[in-house]
Amino acid sequence: MSLRTFKGGVHPGHYKSATEKKAVVVAKPPAVAVIPLSQHIGAPCDPLVAAGDAVKMGQKIGDSKSFVSVPVHASVSGKVVKIGKCNSPLGGSVDAVFIENDFQDTWHESVKPNPDWEKMSADELRKIIREAGIAGMGGAAFPTHVKLSPPPERKIDYVLINGAECEPYLTADHRAMLERTEDLLRGVRLVMKILGVKKAVIGIEDNKPDAIEAVKKAAGAESGIEVRALHTKYPQGAEKQLIKVITGREVPSGGLPADVGCIVQNVGTCIAIADAVQKGVPLLERIVTITGSAIKEPQNMLVRIGTPVTDLIEQCGGFTSNLRKLILGGPMMGIAQPGANNLPVIKGTSGILCLADSEVAEDEIRPCIRCAQCVEVCPVSIMPLFISSAVEQGLYDRAEKFNAMDCIECGSCSYICPAKRPLAQWIKMAKDEIAAKRRAAAEKS
Amino acid sequence: MIVPAVISLAVLGLLFGGLLAFASQKFAVDTDPRVEQIRELLAGANCGACGYAGCDQFAEEVVAGRAPLTGCTPGGAKVAAEIAALLGLEAPEETARMTAQLKCVGDCNVAKKRHDYLGVQDCKAALMYGGGPKACAYGCLGYGNCVRVCPVEAITMGENGLPVIDTDSCIACGLCSRECPRGLIDIVNARGVHHVRCKSQEKGKQVRAVCDRGCIACRLCVKNCPVEAIHMDNNVAVIDSSICTNCGTCVEVCPQKAIV
Repeated sequence: MSLRTFKGGVHPGHYKSATEKKAVVVAKPPAVAVIPLSQHIGAPCDPLVAAGDAVKMGQKIGDSKSFVSVPVHASVSGKVVKIGKCNSPLGGSVDAVFIENDFQDTWHESVKPNPDWEKMSADELRKIIREAGIAGMGGAAFPTHVKLSPPPERKIDYVLINGAECEPYLTADHRAMLERTEDLLRGVRLVMKILGVKKAVIGIEDNKPDAIEAVKKAAGAESGIEVRALHTKYPQGAEKQLIKVITGREVPSGGLPADVGCIVQNVGTCIAIADAVQKGVPLLERIVTITGSAIKEPQNMLVRIGTPVTDLIEQCGGFTSNLRKLILGGPMMGIAQPGANNLPVIKGTSGILCLADSEVAEDEIRPCIRCAQCVEVCPVSIMPLFISSAVEQGLYDRAEKFNAMDCIECGSCSYICPAKRPLAQWIKMAKDEIAAKRRAAAEKS
Repeated sequence: MIVPAVISLAVLGLLFGGLLAFASQKFAVDTDPRVEQIRELLAGANCGACGYAGCDQFAEEVVAGRAPLTGCTPGGAKVAAEIAALLGLEAPEETARMTAQLKCVGDCNVAKKRHDYLGVQDCKAALMYGGGPKACAYGCLGYGNCVRVCPVEAITMGENGLPVIDTDSCIACGLCSRECPRGLIDIVNARGVHHVRCKSQEKGKQVRAVCDRGCIACRLCVKNCPVEAIHMDNNVAVIDSSICTNCGTCVEVCPQKAIV
């Protein structure tokens, strides 16, 4: 069967064999959980606790009044040691609540199952999802309740569930689909109910036949939920590309999926929604793939949010001697870290990648040879070569004219470039600069 | 054959010449001759330090009275006086010559590196990932954005990865100061020779952990300055160049060699 596809994209090696067959292992709870107050896109939280306070598992410890924000919760029970700075996997340092674990795992009284969860209204469900602190778990960590509140004039007719996991190395979503299939489907049904949509499609890349089969079997003949095998091609799991492949619709430049009647959710997010609604458990843990040639025992682990990365590396047997690069997230879109110290796992951390010398290409950046391979592979049809040369000369207005803002930062251009130019980074610089300019203009007017 | 060609070209030439002469009289645009004269007086670097789009626009604005006489930073007091004389205005008070100074001594031999960086060789780009490869959160990143923006090539990249500013050719336009993402280049009075070349607001212990030469806020310079020109601001010493006598005592007492 020929599968529908999207324009561009690349075919990096999968590198998933180290962990794809390994069942998820529960990681040891951390002795000190470091919970950043800003783990999502949107306004950072204000702390609700102070040093010395006793906290219980699932207790809300940070919240914000802003709509585009989600609260954070204590993932262990114990005592707040301090509110201080930690390194954020998203770069820079952020405020975090440091909780000393008493290893009792005493649940907070707000955490209780909702026996009548099946009868709840859409607004009640949205509120539960917000209060549970759920943000997109594919990596971007966009607040889920915001995504589930599309403007009323947009009619949503499709819920797309992203099980593509197109990033090489990562197998967290793959394992989640195999091991928590029922919860996944429950989450999907809840999302459909909230949006009043009759049709959901779960898209899974065809390099995970076992996951496709498992989800298909569980969904059975249930009407409305379809499982679709997708080409194994990067960036298959990008929101706009997934919509194009499954529905044939194209999200307009500068638009949102809701503009074409779609909402996309990651499989991990759906499972978190199911947990929050049925069991009343806020987002306290997630599956993280710890892999790469520089780690002794690659594993998929169920990790409490706020567990220091160093703890997990230790539980995976530590580094081999030749660690060259540490990335949080996948190799294509993840962010390289200056070091593992004082760095916690957050809601969007899908993987911890420990790359050895042999896996890191350190090529000299050479001049563009105008081969246009970047144009060919760009899934959003922009021209990275021109944007990068504009940024090199500091001509950000020119970069804007070349639609730099449409870039989804997938990194396909950098991957394919024969001159080894870090094109995606230049475009990211342009996006930052243009966004800052727009903000300044908006403030002026 | 030659004669008719010469005649016809001559006639055409005369005809068009006449037309142009007529048009230049009839459609002449009144321009203030002073604009052109002032344009000639300016330093002519087109650096934009005056805040206008190049020397031409500045000349127009100054004649129109919208720009200050002292607006041309590279030209300094001399140009300001000349402009004033031309416009028949009172010469502005003489201002001190300014120059750019780098406030960091953390070259690659003394500042500790936290990680390698392989991406775009640009200070702002390096800053995007984990705040730059140097361990010091205040130090010079060394990818030379200031070198690239300098309109008079007064900044070069030194051997040890710190930019070197030639204060004699610097025109104090301030482009480098605005470009530096760490804000390490100050436009200062050119008569001050010695500067505290560190902006780290960390306490001494943290500074020592990341750099061999950063200011550790020991206050020795403050205590020893004979004219009290040095004060502490957020854990870093600052020399007031309007008081400083360039005696060099602070340079001698600084245990970190952060004052140069």
